[in-house]
Amino acid sequence: MAVIDQGGVKPASTRSTRRPSPLFRNLSSKIASIPMVFVALVIFVGCSIWTVTYSFTNSGLLPRLDWVGLDQYTRLWGERRWLVSIKNLAMFGGLSLVLSLVIGFTLAALLDQKIKFENTFRSIFLYPFALSFIVTGLAWQWILNPEFGVQNLVRSLGWEGFVFDPLNNPDTVVFGILIAGIWQGSGLIMCIMLAGLRGIDEDIWKATRVDGIGTVKTYIVVIIPMMRPVFITALVLIASGIVKVYDLVVAQTSGGPGISSQMPAMFVMDKMFGAQNLGLGFAASTMMLVSVAIILIPWAYLEFGGKKRG
Amino acid sequence: MADITATTATKPEVWSTTTANPRGPKPRQIFSGRNIAIYGTLMIVSIYYLLPLWVMVTTSLKHMDEIRQGNVFGPPLNMTFQYWVRAWSEACTGINCDGLSRGFWNSVRILIPSVIVSISVASISGYAIANWRFKGSETFFAILLIGAFIPYQVMLYPIVLLLKALGDGLTGVGNWIDWINLSMGLGLPEIPKIQVYGTLWGLVIVHTIFGMPILTLLFRNYFVSLPEELFKAARVDGAGFWRIFTRIMMPMSLPIFVVAIILQVTGIWNDFLFGVIYTKPAIYPMTVQLNNIVNSVQGVKEYNVNMAATLLTGLVPLIIYFISGKLFVRGIAAGAVKG
Repeated sequence: MAVIDQGGVKPASTRSTRRPSPLFRNLSSKIASIPMVFVALVIFVGCSIWTVTYSFTNSGLLPRLDWVGLDQYTRLWGERRWLVSIKNLAMFGGLSLVLSLVIGFTLAALLDQKIKFENTFRSIFLYPFALSFIVTGLAWQWILNPEFGVQNLVRSLGWEGFVFDPLNNPDTVVFGILIAGIWQGSGLIMCIMLAGLRGIDEDIWKATRVDGIGTVKTYIVVIIPMMRPVFITALVLIASGIVKVYDLVVAQTSGGPGISSQMPAMFVMDKMFGAQNLGLGFAASTMMLVSVAIILIPWAYLEFGGKKRG
Repeated sequence: MADITATTATKPEVWSTTTANPRGPKPRQIFSGRNIAIYGTLMIVSIYYLLPLWVMVTTSLKHMDEIRQGNVFGPPLNMTFQYWVRAWSEACTGINCDGLSRGFWNSVRILIPSVIVSISVASISGYAIANWRFKGSETFFAILLIGAFIPYQVMLYPIVLLLKALGDGLTGVGNWIDWINLSMGLGLPEIPKIQVYGTLWGLVIVHTIFGMPILTLLFRNYFVSLPEELFKAARVDGAGFWRIFTRIMMPMSLPIFVVAIILQVTGIWNDFLFGVIYTKPAIYPMTVQLNNIVNSVQGVKEYNVNMAATLLTGLVPLIIYFISGKLFVRGIAAGAVKG
């Protein structure tokens, strides 16, 4: 309001004393904001409430308000495919969280050593982020192909018994996806970390050098604790991306072999648009919403709770 | 990103002024153990990042015999571009064998209106929240930002219903106009049944919706950072909402429009999920068609054609990435703030 009051009140008071109805004040702005208000209220709030509501019904081919309470949730948690996808997500999520943070920070720290060709290296680490998950998944599917890819290369070098076929083994398929996921996403984390490192005062480095603390120790003891907000941003970023992971798995493994690389987002899509089992799909997507909320609410509380600023 | 370059640029000065003498940067040994460790690590890691690109390029240039005999990491011996041509104009998805070119043009047809509509809507919203706040505008903006974290799967189905309803609504309006037309004998052509779900315009709407949080944030932050005096001066001179936007704000915010365009072009080009759900096979975007070509179970797998197709799909964002450089980083940094 500050902007308008300062700019608008003065001439208004000299020209006329009558104020227009508050509803019509700033009318153009309100009209221009209709799309935003629509997206915020109807899509984000409305559609979410709609889905949560219908997750308590036994909608099949079409949505209908036939209440069944928590039946869909009981079915969901009894379904093996859902449990496998949750397990996969936990494994994929946990590992890619840790690996992205470690790789991203290490690369950023290396690039921050006032090296030559910094821009070249940064471009190399970041370019996968420009590519779609489909392209990423297909490229890595090809490299991990046992007949032609890494396994074949190592075997042709003389190590005949070498086995590296993550995508066709139900126990290791998640790691195959992980290799591709890290390849695609770690550049972004590196960028965020690098921005964080550049924000740290040069005097801190001088002080630690005077005190004779080694570089690695300085990073672990001084710099990382100072970069807590950057780490939290990166963490939230990775976590909310992980929950949505879909395209990558579709391209790389299509959820296979069998159901061993299923992910919750795939489960939802299949139930809603493939199996025409809407209720179960809504219940599963509600669980996804809940998991995002579990990640986000503590973060939002930590980040904005004290300051009262959004 | 600007502040980063600023700090790097000023670093040597800080050193020389605070440590008085000796002047100039400390001489460094090029082949010190530290440097070898740093550059060595960076180069080894670079292999991991560059490998897929190398493999895609080389595979796409090899004949199938060569692929079957050698490994995928070697350079092509008999280079050929024929598989690029095959991927572009002959690759099959199901019964259609007109290549990836169809997907490419579909993507272009989706991309152009989506980018224009989403950026126009979001820039105006960002401007309204930044300069013309009204009661509740901040609340709506907060909801919008929180909404960016909601998994798409939660909203996909209701949006299908909304798009269908929109189509029905427009058809209703069309019928009404037809009725007036007939009863008054205006001789206008009859309006056909309008569909939004499953068409290009449905997808444009969806891209506009989901591009909204990040773009609005981007524009709002930029407009807030512009000097307030400009806005006030224009107000005093009697310019209104739209006039200030088109005459003052837009000409001043070219860089942020470029960032937004980069963000949207790569984002929409790379989209797969919305393309699958909100369009029909005839207008599937390139990513969807690519996935169908490569992951089809029927026929002999032509790895070189597949890789050529994959590269073709990745080419547009890659070109944008390498041309735009710092602006791309700025775009994703803005994205990082949102999450």
